[in-house]
Amino acid sequence: MSKILVVDDSNSIRDMVSFTLKSAGYDTIEARDGQQGLSKAKSNSFDLVISDVNMPIMDGITLCSELRKLPSFKFTPVLMLTTESSVDMKMRGKAAGATGWLVKPFNPEKLLATIKRVIR
Amino acid sequence: MSIDLSQFIPSFLEESLEGLELMETSLLNLQQGDDDSINAIFRAAHSIKGGAGTFGFNEVTEFTHLVETLLDEMRDGRREVAQPDIELLLVSVDCLRMLIEAIRDEETCNNSNILATAKRLELALDHSNSESKCKLSNETSDQQNNTNATWLITFVPEPHLVQTGNDPLLLFNALSELGEVSLEAHSKDIPSLLELDAEALYLSWSLAIKTSANEDDIKEVFEWVEDECQLTITKKPIDNQDEKALVTPLHDEMVELPLAKQNPSTAVSITQEKKSQKAKNDSGSIRVGVDKVDSLINLVGELVITQSMLSELGNDFEMSKLARLTTGLEQLLQNTKELQESVMRIRMLPISFVFNRFPRLVHDLSKKTGKEITLVIDGEQTELDKTVMEQIGDPLVHLVRNAVDHGIESKAVRLANGKAEKGTITLAAYHQGGNIVIEINDDGGGINRQAVFEKALEKGIVDANTTLSESQVFDLIFEPGFSTAKELSDISGRGVGMDVVKKNIQSLGGRIQIESEPGKGSQFKVYLPLTLAILDGQLVKVGSEVYIIPLVTIVESLQVKEQLVNRVSGDMVLYRLREDNVPIIPIYNLFNIPAENKEISNALLVVVEADGQKVGLMVDDLLAQQQVVVKSLNENYQQVDGISGATILGDGSVAMILDIPGMIQMALKKSQRAQQVKLAKKPQLEGVSS
Repeated sequence: MSKILVVDDSNSIRDMVSFTLKSAGYDTIEARDGQQGLSKAKSNSFDLVISDVNMPIMDGITLCSELRKLPSFKFTPVLMLTTESSVDMKMRGKAAGATGWLVKPFNPEKLLATIKRVIR
Repeated sequence: MSIDLSQFIPSFLEESLEGLELMETSLLNLQQGDDDSINAIFRAAHSIKGGAGTFGFNEVTEFTHLVETLLDEMRDGRREVAQPDIELLLVSVDCLRMLIEAIRDEETCNNSNILATAKRLELALDHSNSESKCKLSNETSDQQNNTNATWLITFVPEPHLVQTGNDPLLLFNALSELGEVSLEAHSKDIPSLLELDAEALYLSWSLAIKTSANEDDIKEVFEWVEDECQLTITKKPIDNQDEKALVTPLHDEMVELPLAKQNPSTAVSITQEKKSQKAKNDSGSIRVGVDKVDSLINLVGELVITQSMLSELGNDFEMSKLARLTTGLEQLLQNTKELQESVMRIRMLPISFVFNRFPRLVHDLSKKTGKEITLVIDGEQTELDKTVMEQIGDPLVHLVRNAVDHGIESKAVRLANGKAEKGTITLAAYHQGGNIVIEINDDGGGINRQAVFEKALEKGIVDANTTLSESQVFDLIFEPGFSTAKELSDISGRGVGMDVVKKNIQSLGGRIQIESEPGKGSQFKVYLPLTLAILDGQLVKVGSEVYIIPLVTIVESLQVKEQLVNRVSGDMVLYRLREDNVPIIPIYNLFNIPAENKEISNALLVVVEADGQKVGLMVDDLLAQQQVVVKSLNENYQQVDGISGATILGDGSVAMILDIPGMIQMALKKSQRAQQVKLAKKPQLEGVSS
């Protein structure tokens, strides 16, 4: 079973993403900010990371570039969950090593379809 | 697959309301250049917008979008953090709160304020709804020619492409969902083994796809990698001969939902389902910290260990094991106590939940009254039972309004009296014994005792001959129908409040106390029990009955000295307790039950206080002090005067918990009926029932 790390500071969004993934048969672990996400990434292996961008303590962009420094996350897909589809945000995400992005509003079908595109 | 997310709506709404509170608090303290606060506010708005979009709460989404855009400009430094914008944002927070509460309560919210505020936001943003219009056109323009065409694609990724987690194979898989794909890989760029970087990608591809999708759909597949590859997409001319070879009609049905397109029907069905969901969620929820739950689980673990130890002892018990049994029982006692405390802690929330609303309240009030006021909040992490918390909010609002309206003087008066122009109101909370104390202090003019007394005279609450102590004069403020304001203001209302404030506090088992110094300010102290479910009680015996006196009401217990008893005032016997004359209330007499000792001269008195009135309850014996679990008499039997509830004692017997204020009223009324005794202590309270 594929294991996915879900990082979002909003409880309801995190719950929803996690719920959607679980009901599609994925295993999930949750974190509420980048720092917590990073420490969970260090102690687990994941097939995919889905992270919000705007978060307290450590934002999603920083999390992504930190993840890329870990050998086991070199090729792991990292999707940024974002409200804006602004070019600037995408550039910053890409520069930090993000695989791609999901544009909110969060839609379960769209999420699952997108995941199929990145999970091996 | 359809996934129903409606179960997450309540938590989204709750979270949004919390977010709005955070926005409000941060906005009130916002300074230019305070990036952390602006970011926090932005994040809160951002989360609300995201969630609202998911559930199809379009009004909220659109409104929040405006707010967010304004905040974004502030964040980027494109807009100054100026007071008018902050005010506008504060009003916007109110609007959002209304919208979200309307969703929660399943009402339609058509407050004209919201529309007006949205307009103001648009004006402030100065690009009134051009953006939203362009969004709409984007969404509708996509669907056009769905005749099949063949597209030729060359895809030359950069070597590091795989290091961002992208995988060409998965891209091609995604592409094949759009139509029939044929492809060819080129390996000419693979270097010699010595130069080969094992983590790099050296392949490139040419692809042909036969699809009804348009160029944008194809581009979208490569959206994430377009900056990391050379990509060309060209349409093959229709009349090309090779086309036929590529066509496989089977795939005509493959155009499912375009990936990135929203599915509006989900949003709609969620909104409708939500309505039926609502009723179930009325029981209310508490968000509990994981540490609290963890400690609970730990304790249960210990309890299980103790239990197994005891049951093992019980299997074949001999007197030699007595010491171990005692230890086991002690452990059980300890476990139970800790478990109880832990469970109680779950219901405890920091009082900041109530205090949070005051910065805004004071901000608004000070604008309205033209008084400048600093609000200082202290001890907002002090924890309090959730039920108590919910009920103390309104009384506190009233007290704070009063402090602004009647307490703090106008600027001119303050300056004339040599005070700082800016008034200060302090809200403080702390634990004291088994109580939580909430203080509302102001450095205003203080309460004018003479004015209060005259007003009470005028209203017929006291008569002219009554002599009252300082605190008794202040207590007049709490009498029904009392108001010292010369003119009614729309801030603190019509004086209907203070008696209700006191009543509410009393119904929570608490009390309120006033101190005031002319020219220096006033202090309102609210004492509340930490919880309503458990009470610290003193067990007392009268005849064969055991009663429980709430420990908070007890001033002291004493043995009567005959020479201090004063029987002059007819039916009521008074006891001289230092400077006070305390009426003696024999419990047996009040409840008409037999007692061992009916003689006052050698009686045991428990002096209790309620409503600023002290009385001595005459009992036969003082038993233990212990915590008792409060059971409602109303729910299990019926309301009984002088009794606030019942509990079950360790031996299984039922004991009544005394309602001290109620008993005092009963006793006073009884003696009034017997004889028109004028109590030196306190003016009579007509029409006040417990």
